[in-house]
Parts: sequence; structure tokens; C-alpha cells
Amino acid sequence: MLNTLRLAFKNLTRYKRRSLLTGLLIVLGVGAVIVFSGLSDSFKRLMIGQITDSMLSHLQVHKKGYVASIDNLPLNLNLPPQAYQRVKAMLEAEPGVAALAPRLKLGGMLSNFETTTAVRINGIEPQAEDQVVPDLRGRVSGRQPGQALVGRGEILLPEVLARGLDLQPGAEVVVVATNREGSVNGLPLRVGGVVASVMGPGGRDGYMHIDDAAELLRMPKPEISEVVVRVKDFNKLEEVAGRLKTELEQGKNPKGLPMFELHTWADLAPFAHIARLIDLMTIFIKAILVAVVLISILNVMMMSVFERVREIGTLMAIGTTPGKVARLFLAEGFILGLASSLAGAALGVGVIAALHATKVSFLFGMGQRIVLAPTVGAGTVVGVCLIVVAVAALASLQPAMKAARLEPVEALRHV
Amino acid sequence: MDLVSVEGAGKTYRLGEVEIAALWDINLSVKEGAFACLVGPSGSGKTTLLNLIGCLDQPSSGRVLVTGQDTSRLGRREAAIFRGQNLGFVFQGFNLLPVLTVYENVEYPLLMVKRLPKVQRSEAVARVLEAVGISDQRDKYPDQLSGGQRQRVAVARALVGSPALVLADEPTANLDHATAGMVIALMRQMRDQLGTTFIFSTHDPRIVEQAETLFTLSDGRLVDTKAGLAGGQEVGHA
Repeated sequence: MLNTLRLAFKNLTRYKRRSLLTGLLIVLGVGAVIVFSGLSDSFKRLMIGQITDSMLSHLQVHKKGYVASIDNLPLNLNLPPQAYQRVKAMLEAEPGVAALAPRLKLGGMLSNFETTTAVRINGIEPQAEDQVVPDLRGRVSGRQPGQALVGRGEILLPEVLARGLDLQPGAEVVVVATNREGSVNGLPLRVGGVVASVMGPGGRDGYMHIDDAAELLRMPKPEISEVVVRVKDFNKLEEVAGRLKTELEQGKNPKGLPMFELHTWADLAPFAHIARLIDLMTIFIKAILVAVVLISILNVMMMSVFERVREIGTLMAIGTTPGKVARLFLAEGFILGLASSLAGAALGVGVIAALHATKVSFLFGMGQRIVLAPTVGAGTVVGVCLIVVAVAALASLQPAMKAARLEPVEALRHV
Repeated sequence: MDLVSVEGAGKTYRLGEVEIAALWDINLSVKEGAFACLVGPSGSGKTTLLNLIGCLDQPSSGRVLVTGQDTSRLGRREAAIFRGQNLGFVFQGFNLLPVLTVYENVEYPLLMVKRLPKVQRSEAVARVLEAVGISDQRDKYPDQLSGGQRQRVAVARALVGSPALVLADEPTANLDHATAGMVIALMRQMRDQLGTTFIFSTHDPRIVEQAETLFTLSDGRLVDTKAGLAGGQEVGHA
């Protein structure tokens, strides 16, 4: 086999310019796919990380029907304390769960005593919230190190509202909300910090302590709008979600209907559709690469066979079997594919490394600036190389079979 | 002992609806160690007969026996293996592999066909390159050699596997007269040294003189057989 590969390599050097041009086409194709995959995967990871680590976490449990009306923040679809305890027990029993946190969500009016505006607020347990969305703290400005994420009597305002109402940390505000029974209540609070906006649901929400939220809504004990869950291994999210869904389905209301619903971050964030679109685009670009490799290798190998008919006849005359002739041409396509894919991988990885060092910065929606330090996984690089080598071998198959099927006597007569 | 026996072999080709006969009922035999020549004008069937003897083509009728084996019905793979084990070829256009050096060209049948170990290969290649007088050119590529040198390499490649029979189709057609004479003399010398049987074709009357056995073809028929020329080997005929 080694001798066949050596001879195949020598044959490729016969038409250096042609082999180099074909190889270069594949090198650029592989490089482009790796750069695109690196950029798109890194962007996807960054966005998913931002969404899950600062807002949604990995999973959320609600009372059945809550998510369908989530834009209205319906107070009548909150989980009563006993139901929350039941959910909590189920979640704590699941070994894949790392942490959980309850939230009481409400809509209200925020006033700086001069201007009033609508605000969406998450009532949170600060320590539990730190566990499920560890990056939220990093988005809050105006907090001292060691301070709780939010304290009693404080509110964290989304930066768009803070800017619009010209509110700084320490400023006094009033939040007014209507509870489930329809009575209106107000609560004076101090701005404890400003939360930077990020893309996605909840990216422009404010935060207050869950006990303040309950007090504002005149609940004797906090009811829970959603239970936010962080899993230990993000790669096993679907597995954990499947198990939890089965478990939660056992919770029935007095009518015998399911009482809870569970959603992954992807069910709740529109970015999941963009992520799927990015995946589709990556597949599409890989398909283009496959076509480029297929056509270029097929073309160069067909030319090679047509130009070497007499030589093939000679090889057969001196005892080379048709199988060995086929292997020789397959080896040529294989080497061309392998060498080009390795060079393309080096080019792609090099470009990604350079982009990682310099960082890519661009605006993404609503004035949000994304700073990307792209990386590419070994699996992606190896996968692209394997595809190219396999397609190169496949493209060589037809010319190789054609060469093997030549009749030696006809081939020797060829001029 | 007959190394080659052609028994009533005929070959016809189809050209559209027309059937063209290239060979008619050829009967001949060639003994081991013979130095035989096929002569005749262009289109007389020399190459076709060599192709049948060389298992490159199959007869439409009759049969061809080489080293006692009926090669007429061998499959493509079996025929290739048979050629690799028993036959050597010298072509009019030399047919050397341009990407390989002289040494690698001669080594090819041992490496890729017979798969001999390196020590045996290098011994055999060195011996045969020495025999054809081209050892000093071993690292050159075919395009760096003259026509005569290339044909010497081709002869060395044909002989390196110690085949029972070497077939040479117009081996001197692309060479000047002096070089052609040298190549034929070389082939004959190799026959004398190694005992290899040679069958070659030519229509050059000056080369014909070198043959010990002469088969004359005309319009696809064997019209004359002369044996014992220039003190050559015995030959039988039908």
C-alpha cells in the first residue's frame, strides 16, 4: 500500500500546476469552512452562554399554561407555595440538576417622582439566583463586591429605564403594581444597581428581592412564577430535561390534568431559531465544499486517466492487475484530498487563531456590541478534513474504475 | 520443449456491422530459448499475434498455450497475473513511466507486481542494469535519456523478473539503424546469458537478419516459417 501511495504521489507531481491549482481550491474551501464554523460556533456559544448564564438558565418550570401567556406575566398562573415545594423536591431529586431558584415575576409602574414608566420585574432569591445565572452579577453595575445581588428595599433597574429616567444607584423610586385581586399597592425602593441589556427574553427586566415582590403583591407567602434550573452538564441538557418532564408529568391538578410544564432555554429564547439557522448555514457551506472537492477531484482525475491511457496499458501489460490500477488512481485522489485538507485545516486554524488574538467586534441588534474571540474545536477540524478526504476518494472512484476497466490491448494502441 | 504453441488461432474484430479478420488459423510453436521474429508488412497481423501470445488479447477461435497453459480464456485479472509472472514486454515507444527513474522503472515489476523484498529487488535490478549496460544512468529520468538508452531500460524492465518469454513489438521502430542493431544484439545477448525466449516483430529487413527463427505473415495468415537461421534455435510449425 505504501508503494502505491508513493507512486501515486509521484504521479501527482507530474502535472504540478494542475495538482497545485486543484489543491489550492480545496485548501481555500476547507479554510473557509473552518473559519466560518469557528466564527459561527463561537458566536452561537457566546449568545447561548449569555442567554443561559445571565437570564434564562438552562431549564424553567412553570405552572401549566404560564409560558403561553408569559408576555402578560399572569399572576393567576403562579405556583402556590406548596406546589413550589413539590417541584423543588422533584428537581432536587434529579442528579443532573446543579442548582435551582424561584422567581416571582410581575409587571408594574416605576416612578422617579417625576416620570412613570412600565417595568417588568423578577422577584428573586439573590443567593439562589447567583447559582442559576452566574453571569447576571457581572451585568450589574453599582454593586459592591461581597454585596448580595439585590437586597431588601432595593431594585436593579434595566439600563434602558435607568438612562431614560436618569436614575443612578442610590436614587429613590416607587414601584406600583396590581395584585391578583385587583388592588393596587406601591413600594418605595432604592436603586441598587443598573443591569446591562442583553439580547433575548428577560434581557431588559429589573430585579428585586422576592420578599419585596411578595409584599408589593400583598402575598402572605411568595407565590412562584417560574423555577429556574441549572444543570451540571450542558451537553446532557436534553437527557435531564427528558427525565424531569416525565417526573413533572406526575403532578396533576384536581381535574387530573398536568399541573406543571418544563421548557429548555431553546424553547423560550427566539435565538434558538437563529442558532438552528446558523447550523443549517454551516451544513449548506459544507455541502458547497463537498461539491467543490467532488468536481475538482473528479475533473483532475478524469483528465489524468485520459492522458495516461497508454501508460495504464503498459502497467497492465507488465502484470499490474485491474484492482491495483484502480487503487493507484484512488490513492492519487486520496493524497490530493488529504494533503489539501491538512493545508486547508492549517490555514483555517491559523486564521481563527489570529482572529482569537485580535478579537472580532461587531454590532448585533439594538446597538449591542459583540466582542468575539473565536475558537474552533478539534472535532470540527477533523470532521471537515474527514469529509474532504472521503469525498476526494469518492470522486476518484469513477476515474479509477474507468482506468481499471481499460482493455490493455486497446490502451496500448491509444495515441 | 515448446514454450509457445498457437493452435488454429484466429482473430476477428467488429467494425460496426462489418466483421474484419485480423488473423486466420495461425499454427506455430516456439521452443524455449528461441530468438524468433515475426515479419510482414504493416497490417499483416504481427502485433495482433504478439498480443494473443502476450495474453493482452484473446483469440476469436483456436487457442494459445504459453508455458503449457491455455491462456485463451483467462480472465482479466488472471491474465495480468500470468503476464506478471511469465512474460516481459518491450514496446516500440519504450513506454517507460516518466515519473520514475531508470532504477525505479526497472524495479516496478518486482515491487508492484511480484512484491519481492528490497534486498532481492536491488540485487536483480543492479544485475539487469549491468547486463544492459546502463548502470551509470540509474538515477536519471526517461526524458534525460536517448532513444537507445530508453529501449535498454525497457529491455531491462522486461528481463528483471526473469520471465520465460519476452515479447517485443517493433522494438527498433523508433531507433536509428545503428541503435536498432545494438538493441537487437542486446536482446540476443540476454537470450544467450539468461536463456530467455524472445519473440519480436519488425518490418525492417536489416533487423530480420538477426533472427534465428522467422515467421512471415501476410494479410493475417502465416505464410512462411524459417528455422535455424544465423545458427538459432530449432522451431516447429504447423
